Amino acid sequence: MSLLEITNLHKSFGGLSAVLKFNFRLDTQELVGLIGPNGAGKTTVFNLITGVYKPNGGSIVFNNENIAGLAPYNICKKGVARTFQNIRLFKDLSVIDNVKIAFHKNVNYNLLNTILRTPAFFRGEKIIEEKALEYLKIFKLEDKRDEIASNLPYGEQRRLEIARALATKPIMLILDEPAAGMNPQETRELMQLIEWIRQDFQLSILLIEHDMSLVMGVCERIYVLDYGQIIAHGLPEEIRNNKKVIEAYLGEEVG
Amino acid sequence: MHEKKKTWLTFLFEVIVLAVLFTIVQYAITVGLINQSYHINITSMCINIILAVSLNLINGFTGQLSLGHAGFMAVGAYASVIMTNNLGMPFIVGILAGCLAAGIAGFLIGVPTLRLKGDYLAIATLGFGEIIRVVLQNIDYVGGPAGMVGITRLTSWPWLYASTIVTILVIVNLINSSYGRAIISVREDEIASELMGINTTSYKVLAFVVGAMFAGLAGVLYAHFFYIIKPETFGFLKSFDIVVMVVLGGLGSTTGAVIAAIFITFLTFALQKYAAVRMIIYSLILIIVMIYRPQGVMGSKELTRKTFARIWGGKK
Repeated sequence: MSLLEITNLHKSFGGLSAVLKFNFRLDTQELVGLIGPNGAGKTTVFNLITGVYKPNGGSIVFNNENIAGLAPYNICKKGVARTFQNIRLFKDLSVIDNVKIAFHKNVNYNLLNTILRTPAFFRGEKIIEEKALEYLKIFKLEDKRDEIASNLPYGEQRRLEIARALATKPIMLILDEPAAGMNPQETRELMQLIEWIRQDFQLSILLIEHDMSLVMGVCERIYVLDYGQIIAHGLPEEIRNNKKVIEAYLGEEVG
Repeated sequence: MHEKKKTWLTFLFEVIVLAVLFTIVQYAITVGLINQSYHINITSMCINIILAVSLNLINGFTGQLSLGHAGFMAVGAYASVIMTNNLGMPFIVGILAGCLAAGIAGFLIGVPTLRLKGDYLAIATLGFGEIIRVVLQNIDYVGGPAGMVGITRLTSWPWLYASTIVTILVIVNLINSSYGRAIISVREDEIASELMGINTTSYKVLAFVVGAMFAGLAGVLYAHFFYIIKPETFGFLKSFDIVVMVVLGGLGSTTGAVIAAIFITFLTFALQKYAAVRMIIYSLILIIVMIYRPQGVMGSKELTRKTFARIWGGKK
C-alpha cells in the first residue's frame, strides 16, 4: 500500500521551475532514496512535503489525505518528521529540552494547570521527562542530557536531531543528507542506525544523500532528480547502470 | 520521601522570606520610616519589575522585538481609571479591566504584526504604540492631551507587592513548562519549531497577550499611585526605557529583568540630585555594560534555588 503518493508536483520561484511534474511513491515501511546533482531540487521537494514551501500545483497524498499546502505543524501532526541538511537544533537549549519540545503537541495539561502548578502539571511533566529520557537512551545521549545542544560534537548533534524527529512519533521520517560531514566510519554506523530505526519504529524513510555508498547500501528503491524532474527510478542496481543518471552526474560523452 | 520533604521546607522558607520582606516594608511605611520620595521609589521599582519581566517574555523568551510596551501600559491605565474614577467600581475591578483591555489590545495588535520578523516587527509595534497614544490624545472622554486627573490613590504596598509576585510567578511558571519550551523554541529556530508540530504564530500571540496583560497591570498600578495620567507619559521613550532594562538584565532571564529594573530605578533616583549630568552618567553606565557584557548582566541564566544552594555551600 502506498503511504506517500506525489503526483505532478510543481514549484517555481519567480520564473524558475525548481520542481516540475514530480511524481513519486513511497510504500509503508519502505526505505527510498532521492538523489541528484547539486541544485537538482531535492531539498525543495522535502520542503514541499513538510509544508515549509507551498506547492504551485500537484498533490501530495499522505496516508490517504492530501497534505499539499498545509502548515508545517499540521503536517507534523499527521505523522511526518524530518531532519535538516544543515542541522537545526534548538542550539541554546539542553539536549533533553530539545527532545521534550517534540512532545509538546501531545501535552496533556493546559495553561491553567501550568500557571497554578496543579498535580496534573507535575504528572504531565514527569511523563514528558521519562519519554524524553527513553529517546536519549536509544541514541546513547543520556549522559549528555543537561549539556547545551550546540556544545555536542557533530555526530552527536546529528543523532540528537534524529532522536528529536522520532520523538514526534512519525509514520514517515525524512532524512536530508544525514551523512553530510561524516567520515566513512561514522557513515557506516549511521547506515546501521537507519536500518535499525526502520525495523524498531516501523517507519517509512525517505532519504536524500550524496554519499553513494550509503544510498546504494540501504535504499530499496532510488529516485534520481535532475533539474527538478525525475530522470530515473528503480532498484539500486538499475540506477547504477542507468545511462541518463551517469550523464547527469558526470556529463555527456563528447563525440 | 526525604526529597519531597526538603522541597516543601524550601518552599516554606521562601514564603517566609517573602512575607518578612513584605511586613518590614509595610511596617516602615506605617510608622513613617519611609518618606514620600522613598515611597515613590519603591512603587516605581515594583512597576518597573512588572514591566521588565513582562516585556522579557516577549523580547527575551519569544525573541520577538517589541517596542510598544508602553502602549499596553496606557491601555491598562486608562481602562482601569474609567472603571474606578468614572464608574465608581472597586479597585479590583479596575485591575481586572486594565489587564483585560491590555490583553485584548495585545491580541488585536499581535495577530497582524507577529507575521513580521525582526526589525519589521519592531517598527510595527513602535507604530502601534504611538497609535494608542495618539488615539488617547484625541478622545475627550479621557481628557485628551491633558489626560485624566484627580485619580484616587488606591495603589497601596500590599497591592504592589502582590502584583509583582503574581507577575513573576505566572511568567516563571509559564516559561518552565511545556508551553514555555514551545515559546522558547520559536526564538531558537522557528522553522524547526514548526516542524516539531508547534503552531509558532499562536505561541507568539500567546506570549504577546500575556506580556501585554501584565503591562496593563503595571499601567493600573501607575495610574492609581501618581494621581494623574497623560498620553505622553506612555510614549515610545517609556517603551525604550523598558527595553533598556530587559537588555541590561539579559534577554531571556527573568531574574536579570528584575535585577535590571531595581538597578535602573535606584540609579534614576540616586542621580536626581545631579540633574545636569544625570543622563550622561546613565548613558555611560549603559555603554560600559554593553561593551563588557553585551549579553546583559545575567545573560540567559537565572538565579535559582540551586544557585543559592551553591552560594551557601549546600550539597545539592
